[in-house]
Amino acid sequence: MRVLVCVKRVPAPGAKINITADGQAVDTAYLAFTTSPHEECAVEEAVQLVERHGGEATVLTLGSVDAAEQLRYAASLGVAKAVLLAITEPEWDPQRTAAAIATAIVDLEAVDGPFDIILFGNESADSGGFQVGVRVARALGRAIVNGVKGIEVGDGSIRARREAEAGVEVYALPMPVVLGVKEGINLPRYPTMKGRLAAKKVAVAEVTPAAEPGGQRMVTLRQAAEQVSNTIILGSGPDAASAVVDVLEELGVLR
Amino acid sequence: MVVVEHDRGILSPASLEAMAAARTLGTQVHAVTIGAGADDLAGVLAAHGAAVVHQVHHDVLSDYGPEAWGDSVAQLVGVFAPEAVLACGTDRGNEVMAHVAAILDLPMVANCIQITLADDTWSIVRVRWGGSLLEDCTLVAPTKLATVAHHTFEASEAPVASDTQVFAPTLDATHARSVVSERVERATGVTLATAPVVVGGGRGVGSPEAFAPLEELAGLLGGVVGCSRAVTNNGWRNHTDQVGQTGTRIAPDIYFACGISGAIQHWVGAMASKKILAINTDREANMVTKADYAVIGDLHQVIPAISAEIRRRRGT
Repeated sequence: MRVLVCVKRVPAPGAKINITADGQAVDTAYLAFTTSPHEECAVEEAVQLVERHGGEATVLTLGSVDAAEQLRYAASLGVAKAVLLAITEPEWDPQRTAAAIATAIVDLEAVDGPFDIILFGNESADSGGFQVGVRVARALGRAIVNGVKGIEVGDGSIRARREAEAGVEVYALPMPVVLGVKEGINLPRYPTMKGRLAAKKVAVAEVTPAAEPGGQRMVTLRQAAEQVSNTIILGSGPDAASAVVDVLEELGVLR
Repeated sequence: MVVVEHDRGILSPASLEAMAAARTLGTQVHAVTIGAGADDLAGVLAAHGAAVVHQVHHDVLSDYGPEAWGDSVAQLVGVFAPEAVLACGTDRGNEVMAHVAAILDLPMVANCIQITLADDTWSIVRVRWGGSLLEDCTLVAPTKLATVAHHTFEASEAPVASDTQVFAPTLDATHARSVVSERVERATGVTLATAPVVVGGGRGVGSPEAFAPLEELAGLLGGVVGCSRAVTNNGWRNHTDQVGQTGTRIAPDIYFACGISGAIQHWVGAMASKKILAINTDREANMVTKADYAVIGDLHQVIPAISAEIRRRRGT
């Protein structure tokens, strides 16, 4: 089985996200970077699929050269190959990103054969466009379902589970297939020392992508209006219980 | 044109938010219901301002399928050439609109909170980081495709004289491949997304067993237990209980945030709660400073005391 997992490098903010003075990016001067959470699980899923069914996993990202850090992290967990679509701009819009990734996949498959399963995160933590995976799948003419929280591989097909308000939906999809996965599909492992050492030897194939910008242009970023809350302190410790229940009665939730 | 989300004929109320948003943009709003099973929604859509309800009929459309829904809408766009197509930014809303955008090779702006028309270019404010950052952006396209962030536009009635038109799209077996093939229906009862009361626990709870008092309080109030990402990452609770950017967005009447510091990841999932009551030992915790009410103290003592007080007042 050949699995491709597409990831995005994003800042790892704590309680507040600051913006650069020119309003063009998140101020990352004091932030670490991570793989976008849904995609962390997509990487884990790719590694598990290969463990269960054999074959090889490849990780791909579009981003700055620094995004090689996230590719190596994936390699430290068991992904065999890494591809970096290196751009110099802070970010590309979703149409442009998808076009570049689709082209890169066609090129990769021309050399090593088709990927049976291509995994994306459901949406990126930072820009949250909810569309790159769908655009890539459509460009490749493959089926895609988003929000996937369970994958079972059958003979030439897969069963994908996703959670909806009414319950669990099951999709039976032919391979090759593209899936947008959500956090919760698994609990990602931590890299081992052996994995970290092995990851240093994995060659990151760097490609310079070419794609035209789409019709959505970011102008500036700004903070959402800070929720001003004059927190009412109801008390300290168990003695506050009576005041809490007064509030519940007032709000009408004590039925 | 508004894509109406429904589950086998049951309307998703989020779609009425998209109807409200569409009415602020256009002189005439059309609604699209996909599958004959949703024909009965025409009445409520007329009450929410749909001058025309396009009822898309095809054998493949007996249940939800992102590819089939996307192609249906894209074909409607080809025939009726609306200026814009909107949906609500739910899982399905964003998914279907992404398909429409991919098919038509047009941009799609997800989770908008404000749209301003100016000739051919729209100025849009959309959310990033689950709602903690705003992006001002422009959209240039012959047909504008966008989703509106959930819980942003208020659904309201605006009845108009309405017409229904059946539309028969061209779909084939390729579209059927991604239609829901089977389901496991949820046992009846409240869910995290719709519960009137959520009792959330964070790292401060300390262990899986220590959630028992939270369960008890939730039970007394007809609510459910939620948790932070730290809790699921520790394997203490299932991810289905996670409140946050990558978990469930909640909107209860009251959210008890117990032993939760309030990182961005969690806050954006909880911020639509009508009231937040934080229970934390740290008076300076982000969750405490953002909450409506707070109790400073150890949740392991405070929560059982609240449950006991509820019982005392009920005389049980």
